[in-house]
Amino acid sequence: MGERTVELEVLRYNPETDQEPRFQRYSVTCREEWVVLDALNHVKETIDPTLSYRWSCHMAVCGSCGMMVNGEPKLACKAFIRNYEGVIRVEPLAHFPVERDLVTVVDDFMAKLKRVKPYLIPKQEKPVSEGEYRQTPAELKRFKQYTMCINCMLCYAACPEYGLIPKFIGPAAISLAHRYNQDSRDGGRAERQEEIASTEGVWECSFTGACSEVCPEHVDPAAALQQVKIRSTLDWYTEHLMPWLEK
Amino acid sequence: METVKADVAIIGAGGAGLRAAIALAQADPELSIALISKVYPMRSHTCAAEGGAAGVIKSDDSLEHHFNDTVGGGDWLSDQDAVDYFIREAPKELIQLEHWGCPWSREGNGSVAVRPFGGMKKQRTWFAADKSGFHILHTLFQTSLQFASIQRFDEYYATELLVDEGRCAGLAAIEMRSGQMRRFDARAVIIAGGGAGRMFPFTTNGAIKTGDGMALAYRAGVALKDMEFVQYHPTGLPSTGTLLTEACRGEGGVLLNKNGRRFLQDYGMGPETPLGKPVLKTMELGPRDRVSQAFWHEQKKGNAVPTQWGDAMLLDMRHLGEKTINERLPLVRDMSISYMGVDPVTDPVPVRPVVHYMMGGIHTDINAATSLPGLYAAGECACVSINGANRLGSNSLTELLVFGRRAALSAMEYLHSGAAARGDTTLTALGTAAQGRVRELMQRTGGTETVAGLRKEMMQTMEEHAGIYRTGEGLAAACAKLVDLRRRYGGIELHDKTNVYNTDLLQALELGSMLDCAEAVTQSALARKESRGAHQRIDFADRDDKNFLRHSLAVYHPTQAPRVDYCDVVITRSQPGVRDYSGEHA
Amino acid sequence: MSRNPYVREEGLRWIFRHPRYLRYMTREFSCLFIGGWTLMMVWGLKQLAEGPAAWTAFLEFLKSPASVVFHVVALAFAAYHSYTWFNLTPQALPLQIGEEFVPGAAIAGAHFAVWAVLSIAILHFAGAF
Repeated sequence: MGERTVELEVLRYNPETDQEPRFQRYSVTCREEWVVLDALNHVKETIDPTLSYRWSCHMAVCGSCGMMVNGEPKLACKAFIRNYEGVIRVEPLAHFPVERDLVTVVDDFMAKLKRVKPYLIPKQEKPVSEGEYRQTPAELKRFKQYTMCINCMLCYAACPEYGLIPKFIGPAAISLAHRYNQDSRDGGRAERQEEIASTEGVWECSFTGACSEVCPEHVDPAAALQQVKIRSTLDWYTEHLMPWLEK
Repeated sequence: METVKADVAIIGAGGAGLRAAIALAQADPELSIALISKVYPMRSHTCAAEGGAAGVIKSDDSLEHHFNDTVGGGDWLSDQDAVDYFIREAPKELIQLEHWGCPWSREGNGSVAVRPFGGMKKQRTWFAADKSGFHILHTLFQTSLQFASIQRFDEYYATELLVDEGRCAGLAAIEMRSGQMRRFDARAVIIAGGGAGRMFPFTTNGAIKTGDGMALAYRAGVALKDMEFVQYHPTGLPSTGTLLTEACRGEGGVLLNKNGRRFLQDYGMGPETPLGKPVLKTMELGPRDRVSQAFWHEQKKGNAVPTQWGDAMLLDMRHLGEKTINERLPLVRDMSISYMGVDPVTDPVPVRPVVHYMMGGIHTDINAATSLPGLYAAGECACVSINGANRLGSNSLTELLVFGRRAALSAMEYLHSGAAARGDTTLTALGTAAQGRVRELMQRTGGTETVAGLRKEMMQTMEEHAGIYRTGEGLAAACAKLVDLRRRYGGIELHDKTNVYNTDLLQALELGSMLDCAEAVTQSALARKESRGAHQRIDFADRDDKNFLRHSLAVYHPTQAPRVDYCDVVITRSQPGVRDYSGEHA
Repeated sequence: MSRNPYVREEGLRWIFRHPRYLRYMTREFSCLFIGGWTLMMVWGLKQLAEGPAAWTAFLEFLKSPASVVFHVVALAFAAYHSYTWFNLTPQALPLQIGEEFVPGAAIAGAHFAVWAVLSIAILHFAGAF
């Protein structure tokens, strides 16, 4: 009837009782359309209520349930059991400290998000009474894909640079800055460049491209970072070799 | 117990909470704002809303139309002064959001585009593809980051309000990561904690929608209004319950029974409109309560499509074409393929009504103020009421903005009127008592109940007796069962008694909130002996304006079932009429 | 406080976590051979400047088995690098015409085409055909 018994091997860590993480195995009878999140919920409801993990929407839009499934960063609500064979290993998202079980500490990401000034700095102020800024469908398309980031941090887990150099601002944060840079209504690129066109910003990126491969929303953060690099390079040339071009 | 002092504390960082925080920060940069949420703001359930936000902007539309659509859609239970305020503020709020960078979809000439939506006479739903709620939430969250006066407390679960001498003086909350309790001393508190759809087993709502905000106010003595009105969204996925936006039908999608018939025409929403050319306010663009109820009848007649997850109907979007679907409904396509294995471009998608929204909530006035001085509420957790007995799609995203801001302004007025901070000794005592209650639950031994067990029983009861169609007998049984479940709740023993990120504790507390809210729902439903909007009684099938053109007010009692009082509906210029969604309406 | 966030160390195991990382490291590793070939060319220029005897010795060295092996390997790495590089160009240089973006294949394709044309031209002028 479309059911399958699956072995889950889940990382457990409780700082009050564990010196270091360990693995715990659960046997779960799964329906064929289930995702890893359904299996985890089943574990928590019927086998082990002490298992802690984040989740909410179950439709890949809230970004809560990022985890490593067989070593790959995935959203647990979009990791279909039918695509896995054998034991499924579930671990917290890589490159973040483990708070408890599958829950990571995401303070670093939240701080970096704030640093890049991810809000509209309008080119021209306009009162609400004058209506909306005009923006053509073409202008919207120019930055639309970079608005789709759900802040799930899979890209940070996939990025080897972030893994080796934690001060790297990282794919999602820089992509969000780029999103505003590309928005026709925005005039804040210079302000953001100071943060992102820096050593801790795009110049730490070596275009591995893993971020774009794992992104569940097809934001293509790698593209955003390379575009920022090119723009930043042009800025440098303009500033040093053609200063008369600067307003 | 560590204490945080703030001028205003906001519980909930979704659309309404963030909008309130920004409004406060902009109006007075000197105010200290504590924005408290049990999840990181980007996870708030606002992100799951898809279709759009309503606001009059096109020249063929008028505020009067929006007013009439909303009041009629609410089956005349909406407070008309509040609706007037709402529709007037709506366009301003949506433009403000655009000024903050919201990526609204556009017309060719660069102006904001609108799409048709259920129950609306004119097109007025602003949208950002089919991820409008997501974009609204992220725009608000990112905008909020520029204000230094907004201090965020992410992953703090509020357990109770602190009330001193009849005034709200703050709250107690658990810092999830450490398990430590914090006291927040605030001169004003705004609750924006969302709805409680998770009390039902089958819902579009995410895990976090457990009615905690409603319960906080309820237990502090504020009535929960119109709780019996629970909205079923007609098109949820049968496998997961997650939402396929009403915009599917706005763009021209149609609903079929197992015989391929567009059955809505048999339920007062006909005549059948041409395929791909939806006519506003009829057929598939009828209001949600009528469409969900039609499915229930079809199911009884044996016309539903059987699936492995139960009965369903078919949402056919094939005639829209791949280009339109990819442009305007990309999330819908992705979800149908991923979770149902069906591509809407080539096949009709099985869907069924699922619990989606609660029209009822914390009783507030037109200024988002509750009966407890210093306490305000906005968003789905509140009931002003603008949605009455049935909410029109795309009114609630706008509601977050309008009343989020309104709550902030009211809180500010209250502060300026001289609301003083409460004494430290009293607050210390209140905080310690709150801490004691949580400790008791954590350390309890010899328990006979589990969180998962009681929760399942609650969900089954709600599904069976408080669904789309209800009976007096069923509701009475549900009320009795819930009283019993609440009693048994006292016998829960946690499996996890540790401190760091204890989700067993979290789920136990959330269950407590849901049980309280569920009682309010069933008790109010039992008392309302009529059918109106989303509340349908088989034993009282007609609308009874003489006796029930009033709001229900469920009042909390710690050990007994809530009592249900009533208050009047504000009626200004629209007298209760017939809700006409047939093609014959003017 | 009972909190004690645990930091997981990974070392160099990340390279083997997924084929994409191995491919990435191969691409990056190519720089050693490209760099080595560049040094060899500089040395060749130096030999040329030192007169016919030095230059002849250099040409003899180029024909040696070790040199041939090195050049084949270096060419393979360089070609792999160019291949991956051109495939990435659409991400770095998106081109929007009207509302739509030019398909990535067209941008990468154009780069490959120019590479082919230039290669053929250089081989021709070098007397290969």
